Parts: sequence; C-alpha cells; structure tokens
Amino acid sequence: MDAFTTHTGVGVPLRRSNVDTDQIIPAVYLKRVTRSGFEDGLFAAWRNDEQFVLNQEPFRAGSVLVAGPDFGTGSSREHAVWALMDYGFRVVLSSRFADIFRGNSGKQGLLAAQLSQSDVELLWKLLENEPGTEVAVDLAAKTVRAKEFTAPFEIDDYTRWRLLEGLDDIALTLRHADEIGEFESRRKSWLPTTDPVPAS
Amino acid sequence: MSRTLAEKVWEAHVVRHGSGAEPDLLYIDLHLLHEVTSPQAFDGLRLAGRALRRPDLTIATEDHNVPTIGIDLPIADPVSRTQVDTLRRNCAEFGVRLHPMGDVEQGIVHVVGPQLGLTQPGMTVVCGDSHTSTHGAFGALAFGIGTSEVEHVMATQTLPLRPFKTMAITIDGTLRPGVTAKDVILAVIAKIGTGGGQGYVLEYRGTALAGLSMEARMTICNMSIEAGARAGMIAPDETTFEYVKGRPHAPTGADWDAAVEHWKTLRTDDDAVFDAEVFVDADELTPFVTWGTNPGQGLPLSASVPDPEAIGDDNERVAAEKALAYMGLEPGTPLRDIRVDTVFLGSCTNGRIEDLRAAADVLRGQRVASGVRMLVVPGSMRVRAQAESEGLHEVFLAAGAEWRQAGCSMCLGMNPDQLAPGERSASTSNRNFEGRQGKGGRTHLVSPLVAAATAVRGTLSSPEDLISAHA
Repeated sequence: MDAFTTHTGVGVPLRRSNVDTDQIIPAVYLKRVTRSGFEDGLFAAWRNDEQFVLNQEPFRAGSVLVAGPDFGTGSSREHAVWALMDYGFRVVLSSRFADIFRGNSGKQGLLAAQLSQSDVELLWKLLENEPGTEVAVDLAAKTVRAKEFTAPFEIDDYTRWRLLEGLDDIALTLRHADEIGEFESRRKSWLPTTDPVPAS
Repeated sequence: MSRTLAEKVWEAHVVRHGSGAEPDLLYIDLHLLHEVTSPQAFDGLRLAGRALRRPDLTIATEDHNVPTIGIDLPIADPVSRTQVDTLRRNCAEFGVRLHPMGDVEQGIVHVVGPQLGLTQPGMTVVCGDSHTSTHGAFGALAFGIGTSEVEHVMATQTLPLRPFKTMAITIDGTLRPGVTAKDVILAVIAKIGTGGGQGYVLEYRGTALAGLSMEARMTICNMSIEAGARAGMIAPDETTFEYVKGRPHAPTGADWDAAVEHWKTLRTDDDAVFDAEVFVDADELTPFVTWGTNPGQGLPLSASVPDPEAIGDDNERVAAEKALAYMGLEPGTPLRDIRVDTVFLGSCTNGRIEDLRAAADVLRGQRVASGVRMLVVPGSMRVRAQAESEGLHEVFLAAGAEWRQAGCSMCLGMNPDQLAPGERSASTSNRNFEGRQGKGGRTHLVSPLVAAATAVRGTLSSPEDLISAHA
C-alpha cells in the first residue's frame, strides 16, 4: 500500500445520504477475478443520468468525494473501494461511514475522513457555487481546506498511522506468529474443523 | 467483572491485546468462502508467497453466481463461469473443502455453515459477506469482512480489530400469529435506522426470543447489518443445543458434554452494562413491509406510503423523495394496494426449511395470481431435499410457483434470476436498495407469510387477507 500524507484535488459534492455499496458498484460488476479496472462500475446506475455530478465538468476529474451521512452501507464488497480508487478518488468525506466500508478503505489507502454534517453542508455549497474548487486534505494535521474553508476531520489513530506509513496489515500481524501458534495450542479440543466427516 | 455475551466471546479469542491505538488481534475459528470476494484474496497470497494457514478451518461454497435452473449445464454467463472456475482452482491449489454447484451440501454459505454443524456457540466466524451476522443466532461472534481481511484471515487465521460497542435489543412479549422473525427485524431496523447499529454488536434478548426456532433467530441476526451493526447475537439455550446436536461437525460423547457446559456460560451477566439499549414490545408487532430503497424505510402492512413533506429531518426527507420516485409510489397509497409482478421466496434471510413450510401452508390449495411469477429458491440443496421429502415442492408447483435449485438467486443481481427494469417484487431477501434485484427493479422486503399471501392476491397482503376474502 502506498503511504498517504496529503492530497489535493477537485472536490465532488454528492448530495445523497445512505449511499450503499450496491450504488457505489452494482453486483454485476463484481464478477471479475482481477484487482483493477472497476472504474466503469462506479455509481454505474447514476452515471446513466446526464445530470449526475460525475457527468458534469469539472467534477468528472474529481478526486475528493464529499458525501451525505451513512456512506458505504450494506454489502461488504471491497470492490466499492477499488471502484472509487480506480476512478481516481483518494479521499471520501462524510459525517458517518458504515463500519465495513471504513475498514476496507483503510486497507487500500483510500482516506475515509469523518467531517461534521455542518461542515459537509458548507463544503457542498462551496463546491456547487464554484465548481472545480480544489480540496486539500492533510492526514498528519487532520484538516480539510478549500479556499477560505478549513475544518478538522476525524479518523482513528491506528488507521491514520498505517496510512501515513503505508504499512501492510498482514506483515504486521505475522510479526506475532509465535503468539498465534501459542493461542492455537490452547484452543478447545472439541472445536470443529472443516475436514470432511465420514458418513455414519 | 460483569460482561456481556459479546465481550465474553471476544475475550476468549484475543491472541494479543493491542496497546494504545493498536487493535486487539482476534483468533478466527471458522472462515467461510464463496466465489465473489475470494479471488483477489487468493491472488494476494500467491503474490506474497504466503500459505493458507488453516485450510482445516476454512470451507467454500458456490452461491452468488450460480443459476437456479439448468445446473447440470455449464454456467452460460462467461464472466460468472470464470469466477466459479477460479474458486474451484483456488480451492484445489490451497486445499480448501469446496461444495460446488450441484453438490448435495452446496447452498448459500450462511445456510450451509449452520446446517453442517460448523457454526457453534461461542465461536468467531467470518466471511467476505456482510450477512455473516446470521451465525450470531448461535451465540457466535460472526461478522462480514472485506477482501483484504479475507486475505488476512487466510494468511494468519486472525484479524486486528478494535472491540465493538454493545447494544441490547430487548424484545419482550409474545408474537401474534402471523408475525414472524422477519417482521421483528424489519421493525427493529425501522426503529433504530440503517446507521443506528454502527460500531455495535447487537444482542437480541427478551422473552420473545425464547420461543423462537433457530431458523427464526438466524433471520433476525442475518439483518443486523441492515441496521449498520457488524454483528448480532443471541445467547445459546436448549433450542440452540438441540439444533446443533447430531449434525456432522457437532461434538460427540464426552466432547459434547464439555462443549455444552461451556456453552451454558455464554450469556450476558445479570449486572453487565450495555453501551446502548433498545426495547421492542413483541405484542404490538404486526406484519411489516418496506416501501423505500433502504431496509429502514419500512412500515406495518396496514399503513400507507408516507408523505415526504411530513418528514422533519432534511436528509431523511430527501431520501424519502428519491425513494418514492425510484419506487414509483404516491404518498398516501395504502401499502396493501401495491401490486407486484414477482414474488421471491429464498435467500440467506428466509431460505430455510421453516420459511418454506410457512409459505407452503399459506399456498396450499391456492393459486398464484395471474400475471405474477413466484420463485421459490431453497437456501441449500439439503433444504431442497428436506422440502421435497415433506412434499412442499408439490404445494408450490400446484400453486403455479417455480421450484428452483439452491443459491442466492434473486436476492442480488449477479445471476440469471433478476427483475426487469420497473418490475416490482415482494421479496423475502434482505436489501431493497436501488437495482439490488436487477437494474431498475423495485423491491419490497417481506416475510415468507406475506410473500405467499402477496403471490395469491397480487398485492402486498398478509395471510389474514386471504381468510377475510373467503369469508
């Protein structure tokens, strides 16, 4: 994973709450077995609508999504994060994220930064009044800036540290392989395994 | 110190406690795989040269992509076929037990685990699927994960996690006849909202739970994610032990006794404190259906389509306006007047034997209304065989419904079973999101009883409506 420190890019106002992962990428796009090329599935149903924000210049080239509350609800599909990143997004700002989506973002280096709803509203107005406005996000300082607008955002310290360092979770865990082995030696003997049971 | 059920199961699985902001490392007892969220994880292992740590705690099934008719033929959609073939290759390469399409144990992953006896009280269970919360019905801590986490569990059999908060959902009283577990959970979601459970493990408790079967409990826990919660749990009791006993992977002999002794400790201590509490009066509940495009947009069947103008909260009002536009509904229309094209009975929410029995009881001697198609899709091949041994398939076929093979089917638009644009369904599945059942499709979430009655009348209905129509 690449380290994330700061990012500046065109902000995209998405005035919708409860954007579930079926909207971010419909199931029909989940059939691929590769890890790239999901940008065509991003908001696929909404992109058929000419009025949809990503069909408007200069939002088309946006990289900071500013969304309503409860972003990323529903299905656990990490493809939602891949689709956002493959399209070019590096940051999503919302007043509330679904847990699994936020976790998936942290694993992939997409910054899911929590902003108060009143700051989201201010940012929406700014981006709609002056399309193409760039939003600057500083992960070390935990701030969002756009023109004269400045606001703090929240992210848990551990995810922030991992993003800043660009660390791979699995490598971090494997440092504790001995402790995992020790735990396994203490597991209850009657716990099931998936080894096939001969029919009795 | 007094602890909740969730805290007990968590503590028992901590490999190492994190310090400061660092999460705990949690051991995973069972990892369920399917074809959609695993290919990139297997690829990650291969690229890093890592082994699958515990193939003996891992099991795979094909469910999301599989067709539910003509399963003796190759899958027609080449992209779906590739995904299923990829799972087969990966399972062979890494030594994972797989139940492929057509196999006697194949089915939806959350139906297969419990039915094999692999899901047991007090375990940690994960799967790259948000409806993993289903397994919490056994008093297991079970939750959905993303593909990066799937790879993490494959490589380490652990996950770094921060403890969840705990929320008690106390459901006291007695459910009226015709009111099911599905109505309970739809009412709970409408009450706390799609974000109400975020960051929490829900524990369903109260006097109404005691009388519920394991199938009903699984329906409730299954939809915890629709309230934003990662997991839902119900403390195990005699009903749980009775369900597990004798299943292929259940403990036997002295192991069984030791297991039950441990399982009996898996309950929230009397003086334990939850971070949040919600109360539901079971006596007040009636059949519940959704009118909008998220599972929190639901009302009793006796109500009418709400008027967005009357909603105070700005975000909710806009969401309701968008939902009604998508659903093609007018405020004030009685929900019972809404006409459907398709009825879907199945899914990991309501595709178990008890669900099929309930629907068959309503459909016996009845006909599916003309112009309505009804799909009955068992959650697993075992459920299908059980239903056929009870003659339920004959009831469905005589009523004019279609009797299918096992799979996720019309719950999500990934296989041939989909709604056409503008088509409206009454569905026993779990999500009414825009396009969930097919592009442009309109979904009303309902219980199996409401599904069956709706199929007969052609409009959203409860079994009571059939009786009054005959009187």
